[in-house]
Amino acid sequence: MSREELNKDMETTVENKLVAKDFSSEMEVKWCPGCGDYSILKQVQTVFPDLGIPKEQFAFISGIGCSSRFTYYMDTYGMHSIHGRAAAIASGVKAANPDLSVWIISGDGDALSIGGNHFIHLMRKNFDVNYLVFNNQIYSLTKGQYSPTSERGKVTKSSPYGSIEEPFNPSELALGAKASFVARTLDRDPKHMQAILKRAHAHKGTSFVEVYQNCPVFNDAAFFAFSEKDTKKDEAILLEHGKPLVFGNNDEKGIMFDGLNPIILNITESGVSLNDLWIHDEKDKTKANILSRFFDTNYNDLRFPRPFGVIYVQERPVYDENLVDQIDVVTAKKGKTPLNKILSGDKTWSIN
Amino acid sequence: METVELKAGKTTEVIETDRIVVRFSGDSGDGMQLTGMQFSDTAALFGNDISTFPDYPSEIRAPIGTVAGVSGFQVHFGSREIFTSGDEYDVLVAMNAAALKVDLPKLKKGGIIIANSAGFDKKNLNLAQYPDGVNPLEDGTLSNYVLQKVDITKHTKDCLAETGLGMKDIERSKNMFVLGLLFWMFDKPLDHTLKFIEEKFSKKPEIAEANEKTLKAGWAYGENTEFFTTQFKVSAAKLPSGIYRSITGNHATAIGLIAASEKSGLPLFLGSYPITPATDILHELSKYKANGVKTLQAEDEIAGICSAIGASYAGNLGITTTSGPGMALKTEALGLATMLEIPLVVINVQRGGPSTGLPTKTEQADLLMAMHGRHGEAPVAVLAASTPSDCFEMAYEACRISVEHMTPVILLTDGYIANGSEPWMFPTEDQLKPIKVQFLDKPNAENDVLLPYKRDEKLVRPWIKPGTKGLEHRIGGLEKQNETGNVSYDPKNHETMVGLRAAKIAKIADYIPLAKPESGNEKAKLLVLGWGSTSGSIKTAVIESIAEGYDVANIHLKYINPFPKNLGEMLKGYDQVLIPEMNCGQLLELIRSKYMVPAIGFSKVQGLPFTTSELKEKIKQLLKD
Repeated sequence: MSREELNKDMETTVENKLVAKDFSSEMEVKWCPGCGDYSILKQVQTVFPDLGIPKEQFAFISGIGCSSRFTYYMDTYGMHSIHGRAAAIASGVKAANPDLSVWIISGDGDALSIGGNHFIHLMRKNFDVNYLVFNNQIYSLTKGQYSPTSERGKVTKSSPYGSIEEPFNPSELALGAKASFVARTLDRDPKHMQAILKRAHAHKGTSFVEVYQNCPVFNDAAFFAFSEKDTKKDEAILLEHGKPLVFGNNDEKGIMFDGLNPIILNITESGVSLNDLWIHDEKDKTKANILSRFFDTNYNDLRFPRPFGVIYVQERPVYDENLVDQIDVVTAKKGKTPLNKILSGDKTWSIN
Repeated sequence: METVELKAGKTTEVIETDRIVVRFSGDSGDGMQLTGMQFSDTAALFGNDISTFPDYPSEIRAPIGTVAGVSGFQVHFGSREIFTSGDEYDVLVAMNAAALKVDLPKLKKGGIIIANSAGFDKKNLNLAQYPDGVNPLEDGTLSNYVLQKVDITKHTKDCLAETGLGMKDIERSKNMFVLGLLFWMFDKPLDHTLKFIEEKFSKKPEIAEANEKTLKAGWAYGENTEFFTTQFKVSAAKLPSGIYRSITGNHATAIGLIAASEKSGLPLFLGSYPITPATDILHELSKYKANGVKTLQAEDEIAGICSAIGASYAGNLGITTTSGPGMALKTEALGLATMLEIPLVVINVQRGGPSTGLPTKTEQADLLMAMHGRHGEAPVAVLAASTPSDCFEMAYEACRISVEHMTPVILLTDGYIANGSEPWMFPTEDQLKPIKVQFLDKPNAENDVLLPYKRDEKLVRPWIKPGTKGLEHRIGGLEKQNETGNVSYDPKNHETMVGLRAAKIAKIADYIPLAKPESGNEKAKLLVLGWGSTSGSIKTAVIESIAEGYDVANIHLKYINPFPKNLGEMLKGYDQVLIPEMNCGQLLELIRSKYMVPAIGFSKVQGLPFTTSELKEKIKQLLKD
């Protein structure tokens, strides 16, 4: 290839290469100032050009709630549907056209309360779709009621004396529903979110991503402990496959197993080597279950940091692929029945 | 070993008749549905016109021998056209005491009872709650009927004694004895059932042999015993010439959908949750994987319709099937599809309601729900099938209207026609109306602008498949600006859009057939106006009334929203309008409010179809007054 040709070729590539702006629709974004949704939108638009998929192959399906307005802001195909049903609609979209890259956008109320049934069954069936749940632990669009992820005792307009409900632990719920990809990220860590979005897209099967998202109006600062400088090193732990579970301001704390339960110890004081610590293994469901329960279980009376990253990944059969495969196998075996044969059936008689 | 002695020189009287109704009745486990189907298929293959009515309990296996566990199958066959499964039966087969108790009331006076005497022992009589010491077979209470007591259980056991089969398998064969006996009574060949047995039990030759043997023994019993001295001959019917098959409504619905998929070139997607009496459509469609049919057994009714909406959005022929309770759950999503203006076919096989109601019994009480059961102003097209085979045509029409007019269509059938069967002169592929589908592939307005809600002369917006380059856009349940489809809360725009969506549905009237009387004239003293599965009873009642000199006609509606354009005009031709319905007057309400005619309602909500005689009585009463 001559230099001239090479230049031309590069020019075309550059010309065809999408940029973040290409994914931005003309609709004015109308979330409240300071809403964590802005960051999620930005990270999605930033990551998408790198996925190598033409714009028209993306379909965003959302439910109802602040999160679900997301669809309008993406210059792709999209449907802003009804409360709780995005997962069910997305399953039909993916079944009908498995070539589409399908993204479900939902919130904690939409996905886990009114849409709870579809949520668990989507995980079980394992359609190859991405499911982003913006968790702000509050109902915002209806102006502030407790949600299924709100903490016990939460004072809201519908719980003036404090919520008496136990919250869902979304990743534990997803694992219980046989999710094949479970990850957690947060709005205030753009780089982390971008990495997780890429992982979710790369995974074959339902990729469940819980995004901690701040609602500055009705539940401000709910997750700041995991993002602010002075607390995050103690309160959050970043998971990396094959790496030991280490956290703390000076990376001085490690997590390891004492029998079946995890314990936290000071690495320097206890003298354990990093290799003795819990090494994160995304494919280990037992560990994933325990990790997911760092959320609310105080093992050995210790408070564990909140894990962020890919908690669990499993390669297993994908519904939409199986659906097509089964059609292919049956077609190869039986052949297509001509319509006239379907109309006549096996037994006919004639009357003259 | 046959236990029947051959009687040389037995004489048998043969009675020719033009129609017969037989009711097979027994315990749920007695195989009455299969027996009835075999008998009906044989009659149909022989050339009789038939109409069947499977009538079974909702319990899969109610306690054996109880009244709750009685399962019936009624077949009406004749040498003339048959439109109903018959008001009363000529022959009742009662496999046990409970069956007799349940089904005796509708046996004609003088009718034949074939009673399995083994089913009338002390235990069975107790289970059927006859008083102690009372056996209707012995106490003379059946003297108004021709009672034939046959120990079917014993004959079956004797016949299979040497086969080495277990008692359970032997017991199960006794329905074949009955079937053989009935074939003899009605002079029907065994061939069809023999072939069926061979195929069904191809992997269990010993069972096939037992069934065959018992079937033949039943036939021989009729031929040889002295009790049976009468055979009935029902000649082939003079149906229009052509090739026929037998079909149930649910089966017809399923292949109507497949035909629409093939003719439109749209892959069929069914999202459905199992529910009686609609589930057979899901079963049937699931078999057609090799024709590209995708079926998704959804986690609930809502996911059933929502997945169909998703599939339709992605460019498939999206369908969901259900019955009343499921329909109630689908209403919010139906509103979404109405707002999105995408194709969607919703099939409601109606059953008795409200709530769980009468799951296995029929009713037509979901009409107003189909018309109005959504929040907001949300009109959709509503169609109704009138007979088992008409389910094919209306399912096909539902798909055609849905994709050509970009709208949800609700097709109403019901338990009676869904499970009932009739002979059907089926069409060939090239006789089916074309279904025109066009996906938008480039911007549809000036300056390369896409207007997803720009309408054509039918007021229909374009169908745009995700994956089409350059047409990326967003749709949703929020009110949208006219043409652009962008979210709009503008007051005037909302009113415009409500009007456009209604006008689009109303305009479908230009693309459906006009109403015309099925029997009788365009002017008469009385019009019987019906819809749905009451077709057979109404038609029979009206034809018979006309023959008796009454000035009556009937129009049967298959298109309910919109109504045929000329319906209002047609109604003016009649002095009185009678609307019989298996509900408390739902079409009545629609007709009265739309056309301001003082129509008279005639309701029946018993989970059972109208009988011809009750309709005739009503017709006569109105024409006498």
